[in-house]
Amino acid sequence: MSAHDHDIKTWVGRSIRRVEDPALITGRGRFTGDLAAQRWVSFVRSPVASGRIKAITLPPGAMVITAADLDGVKPIRPMLHKFNYIPISHPVLADGVVRFMGEPVAVVVADSEEDAEDIAEQVELEIEETPPLVDARAAIGEGAPAVHSEAPANVIVEGRVKTPGFDDVWTSAAQIVSVDIRSRRQNALPLEPRGAHAAFDSVSGRITLTCSTQMPHLMRTAIADLVGIPESDLRVIAPDVGGGFGQKMSLTPEYVALVWLARRLRMSVAWTEDRRENLIACFHSRDQYVTLQGAFASDGKLLALSADVLANIGAYSCFPTTCAVEPLMAMAEMPGPYDVRAYACHARGVVTNTCPMAPYRGVSRPVITLALERLMDKAAKTLALDLVDIRRRNLITTFPYTSATGLVFDDASYRETMEIAVEALDIPGFRQRQAEARKHNRYLGIGLATFSERTGYGTPAFAARGMEITPGWEVVDLSMDPSGRVEARIGASPHGQGLRTTLAQIVADQVGVDPSKVTVVHGDTDRTPYGFGTFASRSAVIAGGATLLAARKVRSKLLQIAGRLLEADPDEIELEDGAAKVKGTNRFLPVEQVARAAYHKAHLFTDLGPGLSETASYDPGGTFSNACHAVIVEVDVETGGVKIERYIVAEDAGRLINPMIAEGQIHGGVAQGIANALYEEIIYDETGNILTTTLADYLPPTSHEIPAIEIFHLETLTGDTLTQAKGLGEGGAIGAPAAIINAINDALSPFDITLNEAPATPQRIHTALQQSGKWS
Amino acid sequence: MTKKTDVTLNINGQTHNVSVEPRRTLADAIREDCGQTGTHIGCEHGVCGACTVLIEGVPARSCLMFAVQADGKAIRTVEGLAEGGKLHPLQQAFMDCHGLQCGFCTPGFLMLATGVLEREPDISDEDLVDVLSSNLCRCTGYQNIIKAVRMAAEQMRSS
Repeated sequence: MSAHDHDIKTWVGRSIRRVEDPALITGRGRFTGDLAAQRWVSFVRSPVASGRIKAITLPPGAMVITAADLDGVKPIRPMLHKFNYIPISHPVLADGVVRFMGEPVAVVVADSEEDAEDIAEQVELEIEETPPLVDARAAIGEGAPAVHSEAPANVIVEGRVKTPGFDDVWTSAAQIVSVDIRSRRQNALPLEPRGAHAAFDSVSGRITLTCSTQMPHLMRTAIADLVGIPESDLRVIAPDVGGGFGQKMSLTPEYVALVWLARRLRMSVAWTEDRRENLIACFHSRDQYVTLQGAFASDGKLLALSADVLANIGAYSCFPTTCAVEPLMAMAEMPGPYDVRAYACHARGVVTNTCPMAPYRGVSRPVITLALERLMDKAAKTLALDLVDIRRRNLITTFPYTSATGLVFDDASYRETMEIAVEALDIPGFRQRQAEARKHNRYLGIGLATFSERTGYGTPAFAARGMEITPGWEVVDLSMDPSGRVEARIGASPHGQGLRTTLAQIVADQVGVDPSKVTVVHGDTDRTPYGFGTFASRSAVIAGGATLLAARKVRSKLLQIAGRLLEADPDEIELEDGAAKVKGTNRFLPVEQVARAAYHKAHLFTDLGPGLSETASYDPGGTFSNACHAVIVEVDVETGGVKIERYIVAEDAGRLINPMIAEGQIHGGVAQGIANALYEEIIYDETGNILTTTLADYLPPTSHEIPAIEIFHLETLTGDTLTQAKGLGEGGAIGAPAAIINAINDALSPFDITLNEAPATPQRIHTALQQSGKWS
Repeated sequence: MTKKTDVTLNINGQTHNVSVEPRRTLADAIREDCGQTGTHIGCEHGVCGACTVLIEGVPARSCLMFAVQADGKAIRTVEGLAEGGKLHPLQQAFMDCHGLQCGFCTPGFLMLATGVLEREPDISDEDLVDVLSSNLCRCTGYQNIIKAVRMAAEQMRSS
């Protein structure tokens, strides 16, 4: 608990320690890989990016399953009903054709993990290679082969938007500024790779799939559909999940194979992905080209914005969001926090012979923000304006604000957060220091990134996308038992965010007990109401709202029962410190006595009904968090290396339920954003072979590379969510690439560098320096 | 299947007589043959450090060792860190400083830091960052891990 917490009377708002921690710090966490199985499996994966399978030769005596054996298993076929979407089939095991390196072709079953791997190595694949498409631009080039026959031009989702009168505004502008952005491929890289354990129960005939997923209920729906069993025959458990960051929200074909195998063999089977598999075959993200043009008035006002977005979505479309998630989010949210009425965009998702793409922390907005904030800096330079001034002239300041694409922004603080960050940065002082340093051939730079982060949105937002499945709502079942303990069963399913603690704080305030008396149950389809899991910065907002509603219902009943027991009006009762107290008197009852009466003296409350169990659901329209990231970097022009000197985040996520947890989320997000800006990249060669197959090649940053992050909080309480909280899980990852790449460009301004690519590796910085002609 | 070898693993003071293939990693043997699943495996090629345990007091990647190499040696894992139900100062500090989120890398960080602080109690703050850079965390951004280890180091020095 931090010092200022003593002033807070509610549990909400306090940095209490996490209830998740004791098990995790003593080795008693329960992860998927901790379960023993009767059989182990290993996947045989395609060594090439593109080709036709001519023959699969199996070692004698081995149990190996191929597509031909998966009789009755349907291919994954994610659906979208808009945006010229072409559905393509994704077979659980490659069916005659391989479309990316690492695609599962066969599955080996053996008595141990080692044996399964040995046998997998002996399976011989004869594949007739065909020319692969690796790059999105190449895939839409003339004469490019089709990755899927259903989509001859390789574009499987396409959206266009143009506001009325756009052309007139465009031609009236004083200055057109243009940036070409390239955001390379990244891997979300949870420390725990994927893993699944599927067990057949010979008594009930049911299968329990324990797997590392962010959305157990939707996994149950999807897998039961594909395998052809009633949903009630499948139980999905997401135990402790060792990080997900979006990568574990999409359906993974391997889990379907495991369930099918458990059912076929009538025993338990397990698979744990190794790091190489995770790097080559588990959903990637970010791979986009964006051309962004701004039409500016001479005073720096942005009049119109025109974007072209090309997203490489890999070989298949992911379930449930579909591959539209990156290009269409770019189209909907490109104007970001800036007031611009005229907008045009053409966004496409393109299939290639690369690993499928899926949502990853920030989803498209790291790229949007990089493009927009590069545009702002470039426009400032072109129009001889200060980098802060140009933003001041364009940030949205009146709310609610309806964007050019129809999004309604609730109360936010774009301008205020930027001013806080700018003041902390001390730009005049920095400019002096920068000038002094340059005399000694040291190159410092500052960068800003201001952004809006759409969070906690419900079914209308997903319906607008035309999704076959519209997630959004959450249900919470909440019970106080006769001993006064509370259990909240939630459909959301966290993977490390501390949601059990956060929700317990919300409940504790309502029913007057310590959060330690509240247990939050999640991640088990048998124990929790149907829900959509944890993604899109939604859980604290949506599950939090449903929890608040359910807890208020229990509170209401507690007050009525306590009122009768204490012979007082329920309005005169307060619930706090584990007691129901009559205000202004010394009359009270412990909450557990009230709870016991609800169950065991129900004859006194027949009008209220027995017990203390309530259910509530919540489906909000959504809200927008915002932040400004400000950074100082130093670029070593000899090595191309970048060192981050200061990193500032001025963040506004509405009401902070647990500031300690909120800051932890920001730290982690920024670290992934720094990784995106400077280090991490999945590299394919021209044959579609991945060159970054170990953590020694794919460079996740360590404690050396991540600086201390200075956080300033603003709390603009939104009226659009029940808890007044906005989601914040992704913001850190959104702002960092733009702020850092802007700072690198500022540092290298004496060389007239234009670097518009993430990650800005030493090699790319060096190339840019050499191309500038001003460095030798 | 390869022929198995009898090995004695001494984990947190308890003797485990197991029969393993010579190629079985120490991490797998600790987890699967000895049932101590607190030690995690994140990469199996020695970069992430999630599998770090102490062998004769020295932090080691248990994914890069074979179980047969640890025959008879004293191994400490996260399960042995708390004594008599009392949390180790590092465990307490990780909780107090929010030094973990998903918790998957945490056992590795705890064992790494334990090994270092026991051998070098007066280690400087800068050197600690250096040491901690040998393990990867994907959730916390490291800041709170560093804070936690520094806090624990101070407490261990003063106790």
